[in-house]
Amino acid sequence: MSGAEIGTTGRAAAPPEAAPRREPGGAGAFWRRLRGRRGALLGLAIVAAFAVLALGAAWIAPYDPTATDWGAVRAAPTLAHPFGTDEVGRDVLARIVYGARASLGAGLTSVALAVALGLPLGMLAGYAGGVVDGAIMRLTDALLAIPFLILAIALAAFLGPSLTNAMVAIGLSATSIFVRLTRAQVQAIAAEEYVEAARAVGNPPWRIALHHILPNIVPAILVQATLTIAAAIIAEASLSFLGLGQQPPDPSWGSMLNTAKNFLDQAPWMAIWPGLSIFLAVLAFNLLGDGLRDALDPRERP
Amino acid sequence: MTAPPASPAAPPLLEVRDLAVAFDGDGGTLRAVDGVSYGLGEGETLGIVGESGSGKSVHVLAMLGLIPRPPGRVSGGRVLFCGRDLLALPERALQRVRGAEIGMVFQDPMSSLNPAMTVAAQIAEPLRIHLGLDARSARARARDLLDLVRIPEAGRRLDLYPHEFSGGQRQRVMIAIGLACRPKLLIADEATTALDVTVQAEIVALVRELKREIGMAIIWITHDLGVVAGLADTVQVMYAGRILERGPVDAVFSDPRNAYTLGLIRSLPDLSRGRAGRRRLRQIEGSPPDMRHPPPGDPFAPRNPYATARCRTEAPPLRQAPGAAPGHLVAAWYDLPALIAREDRA
Repeated sequence: MSGAEIGTTGRAAAPPEAAPRREPGGAGAFWRRLRGRRGALLGLAIVAAFAVLALGAAWIAPYDPTATDWGAVRAAPTLAHPFGTDEVGRDVLARIVYGARASLGAGLTSVALAVALGLPLGMLAGYAGGVVDGAIMRLTDALLAIPFLILAIALAAFLGPSLTNAMVAIGLSATSIFVRLTRAQVQAIAAEEYVEAARAVGNPPWRIALHHILPNIVPAILVQATLTIAAAIIAEASLSFLGLGQQPPDPSWGSMLNTAKNFLDQAPWMAIWPGLSIFLAVLAFNLLGDGLRDALDPRERP
Repeated sequence: MTAPPASPAAPPLLEVRDLAVAFDGDGGTLRAVDGVSYGLGEGETLGIVGESGSGKSVHVLAMLGLIPRPPGRVSGGRVLFCGRDLLALPERALQRVRGAEIGMVFQDPMSSLNPAMTVAAQIAEPLRIHLGLDARSARARARDLLDLVRIPEAGRRLDLYPHEFSGGQRQRVMIAIGLACRPKLLIADEATTALDVTVQAEIVALVRELKREIGMAIIWITHDLGVVAGLADTVQVMYAGRILERGPVDAVFSDPRNAYTLGLIRSLPDLSRGRAGRRRLRQIEGSPPDMRHPPPGDPFAPRNPYATARCRTEAPPLRQAPGAAPGHLVAAWYDLPALIAREDRA
């Protein structure tokens, strides 16, 4: 699960210097550029598919994900159970479908929390400067010094095992990424001439922050948020694997992997499907995030 | 260009007294503006010329509290605008002056317009902030302002973003923003520098027309003498944070009294003469002084072939040039016309 590190080190460090700008063409051209990238479209399609599974789980899943069937314990895939069954006869397909809910829900909720905390703090640090900036950034640096997943595990253990607590733990762990990114973006945009022009028009500071700086940093935040969702999904799976996230009998890809590891020889399908799901979801969000970055900032095209 | 110079009876619209601006840095204090004084009457157009680093832009930004502090600071002087000292106003009160009573137009219309805001929203901004207009009437005014700056099909173009306009049109939008609240003073900082020559001419013509319609005073900052000649009543030459010469445009251009002004004029091509009548362009030797360690006397003395011993030790005051048109002021210890005449004889 070392992939979670991507969220804190490689990805977080890269974007701040390059402030993605609104580029010629506005929304229409943005979609044209996104459509032209096969990877981004594939990512978007997979994300959409998982979203459909998560939202429509009640209708799509062929069985109740917690219903046991002692007549079909660790049954290999058949027409009745296309993905097989687990150690107490629950349908793996149904659990994968419902697991999408836990994974995507945790990814989105925790990143939403991280943005909700990190964006205002980062704007405050970047715009106010001075002592406020110093205090916020020292705290952020301290949090960034702790590996993302380790911090999430520690917080989740402290808060107690539940999916909600896992989301909070992941969200808090990812907050520092957004504080730092937002601050760097705000400082870059604040140096732009149109911000000085806005001051020359008589804008008070709060109006400059909300009307002139914020809209111009949204693209960078959006890209980082998409990439961080991928890291958050891995973190949720890790926490659930360790028993700190989704509690049995409710399904989560991470906890499914945990039980599956005991039956790798006898029932490999118990591990393959949740593993594949995690892999696909993380890949999809990474592809989408990269595509968004390219579409929002054509100058950075490889 | 016949606006009368400010009469001594009526207090001028803007009076700058001994303005000094400094930037504190690692290498010492940089004196960007060093004792600048002048007045600007209602409806007068003042062209300020000088090269980069002459303090021409910094001093107007400092007036409006727009220089970054720190490292910059106003180290002295007063700026009276309609009788109030802008330098003594608290930030809140200055915000009510900026964009309302004093409009500004910046150099590069691409980078000075917010790429993420429609043109209508940007023109509406000063109207909403200063006049408290609601969204709908601000939009209607924005439309009128686009008409005012001669942008065709204004109604259809309100919701476009800056990149969907040409360079000249973007500068027209900037002018519309600057004029939105009918300011008494419009400050244009290198407003035509980033534009093509033909577009420059259009903008200058537009500003001249708008001035006739609205009657605001203008401070036009540029390094382009041609633009000043076409627009200004009074010209002021700045160098190394000081005013070296100032006077009615025709008087200064036809009878320059400072060697720096002469150097600027001589470095311009004269396209009106035929090929035979053309002369070699002359550049001003050397480069501007390091403002952390300015020369003790006249700042231009090290580059000035006419400099006297006194120029190198003592800074000349700005005063009426002897034998020149009234209001034609110069800071020089030497008598330039006499020196040129002697040169021509030799």
